[in-house]
Amino acid sequence: MQPVKIKIYFLAALILVLFVSVKPVHAKPVNEIKIGIMGTMKMLMGEHQWMGAELAAEEINKAGGITVAGKTYAINLVKVDDNNMLSISDAISAIERAITLNKVDFLIGGMRSEAILAQQEIMAEHKVIWLNAVSASLELTRRIARDYDKYKYWFRTSCLNAKYVGAIIFANIEMVAQKVRDELGIDVPRVAVIAEKVMWPDPIIAAAKKDFPKMGLEFIGAWRPSSHAIDTSAELLAIKRAGAHIILTIGSGPVDTIWSKQYGELQIPAAMVGVNSDAGRKEFWADSNGNCNYLLISTIIANLSNDNFFEKYSKKYNTDPIGPALTYEAVYILKEAIERAGTLKTDSLIEALEKTCYHSFRGKISFYPKGHDTPHDLMWGPGYVTGFGLQWQDGKLALVWPVGEPVLGDKRWKGIRYDEETVEYKLPPRMIKYWKAKKK
Amino acid sequence: MVSLILVNGLTLGSMFALLAIGFSLVFGVARIMNMSHTAFYMVASFMIFSGVNYLKLSLLTASILAILLTAALGMLCYKLLFDRIKEHETAVMIISLALAILFQEICLLFFGGHLRSIPPFVKGSFEILECRITYQQAFTFMTVFIVIGGMYLLLLKTRLGLAIKAVAQDREIANLMGIDVSRICMIITGLSAGLAGLAACLLAPIYMIEPHRWLQSLVMILAVVVLGGLGSIKGSIIAAFILGLSESAVIFLIPGGSFLRGSISLSVMIAVILIRPEGLFGVKFEEERL
Repeated sequence: MQPVKIKIYFLAALILVLFVSVKPVHAKPVNEIKIGIMGTMKMLMGEHQWMGAELAAEEINKAGGITVAGKTYAINLVKVDDNNMLSISDAISAIERAITLNKVDFLIGGMRSEAILAQQEIMAEHKVIWLNAVSASLELTRRIARDYDKYKYWFRTSCLNAKYVGAIIFANIEMVAQKVRDELGIDVPRVAVIAEKVMWPDPIIAAAKKDFPKMGLEFIGAWRPSSHAIDTSAELLAIKRAGAHIILTIGSGPVDTIWSKQYGELQIPAAMVGVNSDAGRKEFWADSNGNCNYLLISTIIANLSNDNFFEKYSKKYNTDPIGPALTYEAVYILKEAIERAGTLKTDSLIEALEKTCYHSFRGKISFYPKGHDTPHDLMWGPGYVTGFGLQWQDGKLALVWPVGEPVLGDKRWKGIRYDEETVEYKLPPRMIKYWKAKKK
Repeated sequence: MVSLILVNGLTLGSMFALLAIGFSLVFGVARIMNMSHTAFYMVASFMIFSGVNYLKLSLLTASILAILLTAALGMLCYKLLFDRIKEHETAVMIISLALAILFQEICLLFFGGHLRSIPPFVKGSFEILECRITYQQAFTFMTVFIVIGGMYLLLLKTRLGLAIKAVAQDREIANLMGIDVSRICMIITGLSAGLAGLAACLLAPIYMIEPHRWLQSLVMILAVVVLGGLGSIKGSIIAAFILGLSESAVIFLIPGGSFLRGSISLSVMIAVILIRPEGLFGVKFEEERL
């Protein structure tokens, strides 16, 4: 090699080394609060987790930031791609990296209970407050009840726990079952469950087995495809053969998109009700080629006329928010708690967060206190977050629940109804035709 | 119940077969264990998606273009990568796996991790023996047999087919007879990738597409080709239907265990391999080494 070339290479290497060593990669400017937003950033859930938080941070910063004891702090978001959907070990490395290398002050987001359980250990070790976006397993907050001092840093701000998610689904099923009784004359509708094979649906399925007979329903079985299955046609055909009138769906991974689509393609003559995370997007109608028609989604987010969150979000990102985008609220909840506490000290902030009373478009957000069997979980029920039932009706996502009637015998629900746009739930016409023909 | 298992199993089997034929072909002739085969399928699916949604092409035009482009991509990969290391089968396997991951990351970069769908060629469904199947599934089932017919015509009735068979039987002798082995292997890799493109046209409307989806399909395809006998197209087709029927039976007979569908059908493969290590129609390993 020529000496001149060697010199050029040497000089280039020197400049590179100097650039890397001098640049303050992780230095934190004064008056900045760093929040790590965790999610599988190249997948739908992670994208919405990031976008929700980004929108909130921009609004807060534009309005002057967070004020703590007279000092103003700007929010700086750090994207933490933890790949939780595909690898728990990646999720663990990502949270460790966010805390130790990126020096985040707080964490928001995360998904997949199995990953969160492992990540909570890292959070506890570093004593970092973490507001979680979407993971429903009861174990995540039960462990706070068992060992408060270790896990007290974790709050479930966006999603309800599996017990209450189950309660919303059961309330929706109660409404659908009544429709089946009224329109088809079937006294005891048969319900089949199709649920992804992960941790969080287990208590809902156990409750279904136990409580459906009390609700005048017959539980006929649970089909558990893998959360990454690419085909559920056999499961749906088996459910049809088992004579189900209602299919309870429990899914938060890619598989629920598949069954929502194949439900229409295979003309399954049953009402499909439950958690289908992806189906709440307005683009889902086109993505499923319209096969999701009549699907009822039990969800924690809905476009209500009394709120402009959907409008702001759609304007900025050209899509509607889905559950994970409730990181938007998590950022605001954190801001309020910091300002109420007047300090960034962790223990004082936990106390402030425990006293949260944040008025969201989906109800009042407060957390169950220390001493409850699931502390730091979102409170559910009339007066608090209730959840919604949304049904695809010929290309439009219509609000069909709550309807202002008592829920599962609880009269406190009487009059709980979000707005005038609430419409009546409809059974799929193919189902009515099939079961009426079967009766003859 | 039996009729449901049968119809659903055959439908599933035809989908496995469509992907496995190309994989078997390239291994049988070029001795390339192409782990990126299902990634070609995924890339072709995104090509169709882009053609229909962004370029506003008709589904047929987008599909034909995707098949041709995937075939060209396959040949390019052979020329640039596999040809140089084709004597080292393990290296080829690892390189092809790396290639698949590269395709995945590129698709992730451009399309994100969203599930996308492609409209079917034929909309609607019908019932046969109490089992409802979509026209697209039936179309796929028929296409498998058309592809098999086409393959046999190619191999038995054309000079190219003669050269392919010669290379598959003995590369050195074929070379001595004046056949350009590298060229034949490149054509076969292109043909195999083109078949992955065809599979995308038929299967992508049934399943949804997403950049990580190639891996699950690859596991099933590997099971199919190992069970059928590495390199045997006939074996792959029969094995595809055996595994399709096994998966279907698991779902209908063990509802709560439908997540086990993959592992139980893989256990069927292991059981067969224990009895017949070369697979159903494979060449014995000892013979292969000679």
